[in-house]
Amino acid sequence: MIPRIYIPADSGALALGAEKVAKAIRAELSERGVEAKIVRNGSRGAYFLEPMVEVATANGRVAYGPVKPSDVKGLFDSGFLTGGHHKRWLGSPDKIPFFAKQTRLTFARCGVIDPLSLDSYKSHGGLAGLQNAVAMAPADVVKQVTESGLRGRGGAGFPTGIKWKTVLDTAGEQKYIVCNADEGDSATFADRMIMEGDPFVLIEGMAIAGIATGATKGFVYVRSEYPHAVATMNKAVAIARKAGVLGVNVLGSPNAFDMEIRVGAGAYVCGEETSLLNSLEGKRGVVRAKPPLPAIQGLFGKPTVINNVISLASVPIIMDKGAAYYKDFGMGRSRGTIPIQIAGNVKHGGLFETAFGLTLGEIVDDIGGGTASGRPVKAVQVGGPLGAYFPRALFDTPFDYEEFAKRDGLIGHAGITVFDDTADMLKQARFAMEFCAIESCGKCTPCRIGSTRGVEVLDKVAAGIEAEKNLALVTDLCNTMKFGSLCALGGFTPYPVMSSITHFPEDFKPAPARVAAE
Amino acid sequence: MTMQAASTEIASRTAAIIDQMKGLEGPLLPILHSIQEEFGHVPKDALPVIADGLNLSRAEVHGVVSFYHDFRAKPAGRHVLKLCQAEACQSMGSDAVAAKVKQLLGIDFHETARDGSVTLEPVYCLGLCACSPSAMLDGEVIGRLDDEKIEEIVAEVRS
Repeated sequence: MIPRIYIPADSGALALGAEKVAKAIRAELSERGVEAKIVRNGSRGAYFLEPMVEVATANGRVAYGPVKPSDVKGLFDSGFLTGGHHKRWLGSPDKIPFFAKQTRLTFARCGVIDPLSLDSYKSHGGLAGLQNAVAMAPADVVKQVTESGLRGRGGAGFPTGIKWKTVLDTAGEQKYIVCNADEGDSATFADRMIMEGDPFVLIEGMAIAGIATGATKGFVYVRSEYPHAVATMNKAVAIARKAGVLGVNVLGSPNAFDMEIRVGAGAYVCGEETSLLNSLEGKRGVVRAKPPLPAIQGLFGKPTVINNVISLASVPIIMDKGAAYYKDFGMGRSRGTIPIQIAGNVKHGGLFETAFGLTLGEIVDDIGGGTASGRPVKAVQVGGPLGAYFPRALFDTPFDYEEFAKRDGLIGHAGITVFDDTADMLKQARFAMEFCAIESCGKCTPCRIGSTRGVEVLDKVAAGIEAEKNLALVTDLCNTMKFGSLCALGGFTPYPVMSSITHFPEDFKPAPARVAAE
Repeated sequence: MTMQAASTEIASRTAAIIDQMKGLEGPLLPILHSIQEEFGHVPKDALPVIADGLNLSRAEVHGVVSFYHDFRAKPAGRHVLKLCQAEACQSMGSDAVAAKVKQLLGIDFHETARDGSVTLEPVYCLGLCACSPSAMLDGEVIGRLDDEKIEEIVAEVRS
């Protein structure tokens, strides 16, 4: 058997030099006259170990990382093709603590298989869920998804099955499945990883959604900042179509389902579902008022399921192993697993899929290993640019939709950005307002104009001009934005702003010492 | 080429793209992406052709083009360098990275170097948040930017 070498082609791994490593390995192979098959897999998600190269040996896979091109010669000298020891040797990937502690349901194959090999996908349990779904009545598929407790992983946490039921129960000649892959939140990359590392699971999830609701056409709206994900998805759709996973007879059944990949154009607000629908229709990405719900009048006015990538990619395992299996993980009303993305100034950054319920402290300190800079953690922003900043005092908050809401926060798309003690929270609050001003679609006045006024007022606070009065003004402004905006952009920008003011008041006080010294 | 001829040329190439894509459901964004790929920007002269081809008003087309950050009104430099300025990168010093790049290139965000070598843009998240600070140079991703990598990038765009 010729040796197999896995070198990730995931964007994160590429950003850390995986292509140069692949080139060096190819060169070394040809120089030594050794034959080997190179597989470009996705990433398993431990970015502190990327580029992580693996070899398939008689005793299973052996990982090495982070590999630099200059390590390659030494790796071959150490016999890495048979798992030989080297300073970059990590052993079996399943035993690396970062992976061993995870519960991988949605990401079970990500980083393991060749993303574009349908055979590899099938041999790792792929298509079993769709196979079950085509043999079931649509209402039973919806029931199973509802019973699993799966909630929208895009951030809103709305029960997926209930959304599907509305679409199933709404009559329509044409219905659509729309996948929201406009993953614009900083600290999040789960959608990107799955699209690059296991695209068929998303295709399978969408096909199941189509069968469950009577939709025959799907769209994946991917942001333009993800060119690699777009390329992989396009290839995967073509392969799935050729193999009969998509088309007029899905897996040989009478169900028809096909899909297209569409690319966004750099508007953060298009991650909001109604704005995304407008964008898909070729309009400005302006938010729509609800009702009507997209489930009743969505894309082109037709009944539409719009779900996040991870929600849809979690469906195949539910249809394969059953609702009870999935529901068994988690806590309270947050069932199943969640891919937590640990990012920013953190030692062990990456994607960590686990059942709901870990505390924020466990995630940041134990799994993340504290800051990359080695300085104390000052704040963590949970849920992207619209999420609250949490101080260490709230590190006992369990990772759960309701628990975070109780503490005036949100888990959003489950991204966590760690900041060390050099962070200036006034600056972060100002950025939240500035970002809202840049990305506002312009529909609601509190968001469109309030964000700009917010920047100005916070600048006054920073300059020490009537700080107390101006902070009161910001608080009032946040209240107006929260209740006077249609979508989460204007409505949630107050979270990072107010949490900064509440938990880090010292950063908003005038700096008399600094002023006096000047 | 005279201006008239250039505008006719743009119109005919635009019309060809529209013909190819107008069968899509919601064809406007895919058409605009193709036009930008063809010309390096979305030329003003293309807008009435699109409006005509899709039976939209010129105002509607203009509204869409101007809404999205991706569509350029004029061509970019030979290279396009995007620096992530979102929170995860901020936590790893993206402000300092941006300041250094701006100083080395002598341009600010949204500007193109006078010799046309490079256009510098901010981007809000490349999904490389566990390898911050990050950047994208002509579609290639770069993580954990440090002084050495910044200097490499600057040398590359200038060469």
